[in-house]
Amino acid sequence: MDLSFVILVEMLYAVASLVLISAGLAIVFGMMKVINLAHGEFMMMGGYATITAVGLGVNVFVAMLVIAPLVVGLIGLIVERLVIRHLYGRLVDTMLATWGLSLVFIGLATMIFGNTTTGISTPIPGFAVGGYQINGYNFFIIVVSIVLVIAMYAILRGTRAGLIARGTMQRSDMAAALGYSPDRIYMATFFCGSALSGLAGAVLAPLVGLVPTSGGAYIAEAFITVIAGGPSLIAGLVSSATAFGLVNQIFTFAISPVIGEVALLVAAVVLLRAMPQGITGRFFKDKM
Amino acid sequence: MERSATQDVLITLVVSALLIWIMPMLITTYTLTVLIIYGMLGLSLGLIWGFGGILCFGQAAFFGLGAYTYAIAAINIGESTVPMILAVLVPAVFAALLGAMMFYGRLTDVYLGVITLVVTLILFKFVNSTAGPQYVIGNARIGGFNGIPGFQTLNVPGDPNAYIWGVPYYYVCAVALVIVFLLVTWLLRSSFGRIAVGIRENETRMGLMGYDVAARKTVLFAIGAAIAGLAGALFANWGEIVTPNLFSLGQSAEIIIWCIVGGLGTRLGPIVGAAGLAYLKFMLGQQSMIDNTLIIGLILVLFVLFLPRGLVPAISGLFEATFGRARRRPAARRMRRARHG
Amino acid sequence: MSLNRRELLGGAATLTAAGLLPTVTLAADTIQLGSILDTSGIFDAYGKPMDQAMRLAVKEINDAGGLLGKQVEVAAYDTQSDMALYSQYAQQLTRQDQVDVVHGGILSASREAIRQTMRKTKTLYFYNVQYEGGVCDRNIFVTGVTPAQQVEVLVPYAMGKSGPKVHILAADYNYGQITARWIQKFVEDNGGEVVATDFFPLDVSDFGSTITKIQQTAPDLVFAPLVGGAHLSFFRQWAAAGMKDKIPLASTTMGVGNEHKVLTPEEGNGIMVAYNYSQELETPSNVAFKEKWEAEYGDTTAIHELAVSTYQGIMLWAEGVRKAGSVDRDAVIDALETGISIEGPAGKVTIDPQTHHATLDVHIMEFEGQGMTVVETLPQRAPIDTQAVCDLQANPDDNTQYEIEI
Repeated sequence: MDLSFVILVEMLYAVASLVLISAGLAIVFGMMKVINLAHGEFMMMGGYATITAVGLGVNVFVAMLVIAPLVVGLIGLIVERLVIRHLYGRLVDTMLATWGLSLVFIGLATMIFGNTTTGISTPIPGFAVGGYQINGYNFFIIVVSIVLVIAMYAILRGTRAGLIARGTMQRSDMAAALGYSPDRIYMATFFCGSALSGLAGAVLAPLVGLVPTSGGAYIAEAFITVIAGGPSLIAGLVSSATAFGLVNQIFTFAISPVIGEVALLVAAVVLLRAMPQGITGRFFKDKM
Repeated sequence: MERSATQDVLITLVVSALLIWIMPMLITTYTLTVLIIYGMLGLSLGLIWGFGGILCFGQAAFFGLGAYTYAIAAINIGESTVPMILAVLVPAVFAALLGAMMFYGRLTDVYLGVITLVVTLILFKFVNSTAGPQYVIGNARIGGFNGIPGFQTLNVPGDPNAYIWGVPYYYVCAVALVIVFLLVTWLLRSSFGRIAVGIRENETRMGLMGYDVAARKTVLFAIGAAIAGLAGALFANWGEIVTPNLFSLGQSAEIIIWCIVGGLGTRLGPIVGAAGLAYLKFMLGQQSMIDNTLIIGLILVLFVLFLPRGLVPAISGLFEATFGRARRRPAARRMRRARHG
Repeated sequence: MSLNRRELLGGAATLTAAGLLPTVTLAADTIQLGSILDTSGIFDAYGKPMDQAMRLAVKEINDAGGLLGKQVEVAAYDTQSDMALYSQYAQQLTRQDQVDVVHGGILSASREAIRQTMRKTKTLYFYNVQYEGGVCDRNIFVTGVTPAQQVEVLVPYAMGKSGPKVHILAADYNYGQITARWIQKFVEDNGGEVVATDFFPLDVSDFGSTITKIQQTAPDLVFAPLVGGAHLSFFRQWAAAGMKDKIPLASTTMGVGNEHKVLTPEEGNGIMVAYNYSQELETPSNVAFKEKWEAEYGDTTAIHELAVSTYQGIMLWAEGVRKAGSVDRDAVIDALETGISIEGPAGKVTIDPQTHHATLDVHIMEFEGQGMTVVETLPQRAPIDTQAVCDLQANPDDNTQYEIEI
């Protein structure tokens, strides 16, 4: 009984962390059809921003939830103005340019922070469930993900900005004709997407050792999750994260973490072969 | 592609003979050999991406597969001829199966990218976790992260003790590249090549004209993989060790960068890009002022922004503008580059 | 001109920048030391301090008048954590620069990538890194510790402090696999039992399910030879789950790249390790070494096991050259095979003639406040694992890396 509860928490945690690491990429891809391959590095910078801020004496939760998203969002804004905006509508070129940017960020982080592993410790203690110890921080990540999804839904559904954003997503030319500058909307979207990437990196930082190349570990999973999710932003993100998170954890517990990761990848191939437009290309159509 | 076939072959032969003769005076043959091998790897992606419109994120998978096939076969057989052939065939068959799965499933664009990326990751993760003694193929331990050292290197066919290494090996690789280059030229001049370019430009139209688009893309994909596999086998012979890094995403990324920098949609561009950037990386290793990753990344960003067609088209364009006669051909006949993935 | 320079180099200790002078012009007048290390890319946390240690050792030799009256000159290449570059620079060092000795290589794969080149070109090669053991090649000298040297002393100590049931978590590559087998052997020799062994590729960073699994097997001790930045997550997640005070940890790798300085004291304290070196060693030679390091680089925090191994490797080579009176490969090998020893920062290091590995002091340590406190020192442990398979005295033409069957 205790064991099944622990496993349930681990599964929820796997799904939640997939949602978290994919959210920033999903927004930028869903709204702008830009695949930001520097996404992992944005997360890495979120981690470093947190660690630096904590080192300067800032409260760890403020650093994670406020400072890191802001810092990374601003970096994203600069990147958008300097590079991405010249490449809208050229899917492959943006992928390559952001790939180059990811290398630049790795290089810069290496020059600033060195290649030595750094990190901060988890701010929430573990606790016991029956005979098992469980990582309290897992719950924090689950809560952050749920709040994040609800907030995204509320903003897109309930606010004027969300309405404009959805309109631009469907027909950017019509939105432009109605007087909303796609340029400014894209800029704002990229800022939000980057900030979310920074948030994800910051929130996950206490669980891992951080090095400048850490981003590489996330980008593939995030990329796969977003593409497999398909055209609907939130429904796609949640459904594919759930599918992959469960597959991963089932195989991890049954066999080993490596098999879990491979199972996730195999599931992605099978899923894309069966549904070439992603999950929401077939199910949950016309949802957000 | 305006020159006649004979002219093209002659020019290729003369220029490459000159280069093979002159280059060793500038760069040591050992380094030169690997530049040639990377050139071949660049060409393999340049063919399927630049002329077939298939953006493969996992060209390194075929490179690594070729290298591992060679290493494993060489340990078991103890002679290099059959392993070389296997190193070309195994990646080709693998790519044909993978390609058939993707192209008959009508996967395009990013979805294609994701699948190739994922397959590379699976291979990488698999090979990386084979350190245990239970992972054996014949006499060869796969060796996991540490890779496979100490296999039979290239020998004169039929005589396992007559090793080809050092300067002769440089000539072998150079000639191999010239042959592959000529084969690619021939392929692109054939109706198969022209139809491939047609598919790149407009898949639907070619399908409606009655061509089996999926089959043709699959074949082209397999040919690209065969070339990458050959490059992998040559690389294994050169380095005398194969490691899972050959399958890594970083390696795949580099191949794509080579193609972009050199110039997509040309035969020469990817070769020049590969050799040039690999040499740059080698030179950068002798300084420690600036982080090398940073430089490579900057180069990629700057090229995408300011020179998206790549070096070779830009230089030849400049050359023609300066010295060449005014072109009489209408611009519409020039090949458009496939940058839409 | 050349005479002037020779006088200058021979006599004046002021010319400490000899390493920066161009290679070719001085080829005959100086001794060439080749270095090949990852000083950028993902392994540079290991490589950079090794590079600093190498330069410090060479500077010290040169300040003391050089070797055989000649200055030692460094030809260093950065392999950028790329295995292909190892092959290229090895060729460069042996064929173009024609150095007298090569020190370097970090990962086992990098060593295997260049070892045969060194052998073919008859260039003496020093591999100064803790590794899985078993290399048997007359052309190579290994000055790092091997698993049996660590595990033999660490297992009884750790089991004594905890209990007989051991769960092993090892990095899934050559080193981890072999180390896990040695741990199993010594656990059983000491009357214990290995309840489970799990292997993790180097990029695994999520250990949540593993921590649950460990609680199912309920061991008395977790032995974790995990390697690299991703695996550091285990120690962090272990502490975050509140397991740290319930089941003790021991490791043969944690701290080699100064990882213990990344963990907070709460996460790290009490982890048991066994190494050749610790910054907290209070021997006179280590104090002197840290002073020299501080004078050169200003800060001693970067010093780690591999850096000290590199320093000791160069000093052993220098001792061999002095004894041989020449830099000729065979003469130096013969001199080193007489069982030369030096007093390094980590204590006495002796070359074992039978295996070309090192006999050295092993210290059992526990992490305490981001440092490694020495609990017990076991002097002069021989490389028993490699000795079991390799005898270069009886079989000098051997050229194999043995996988040691236990």
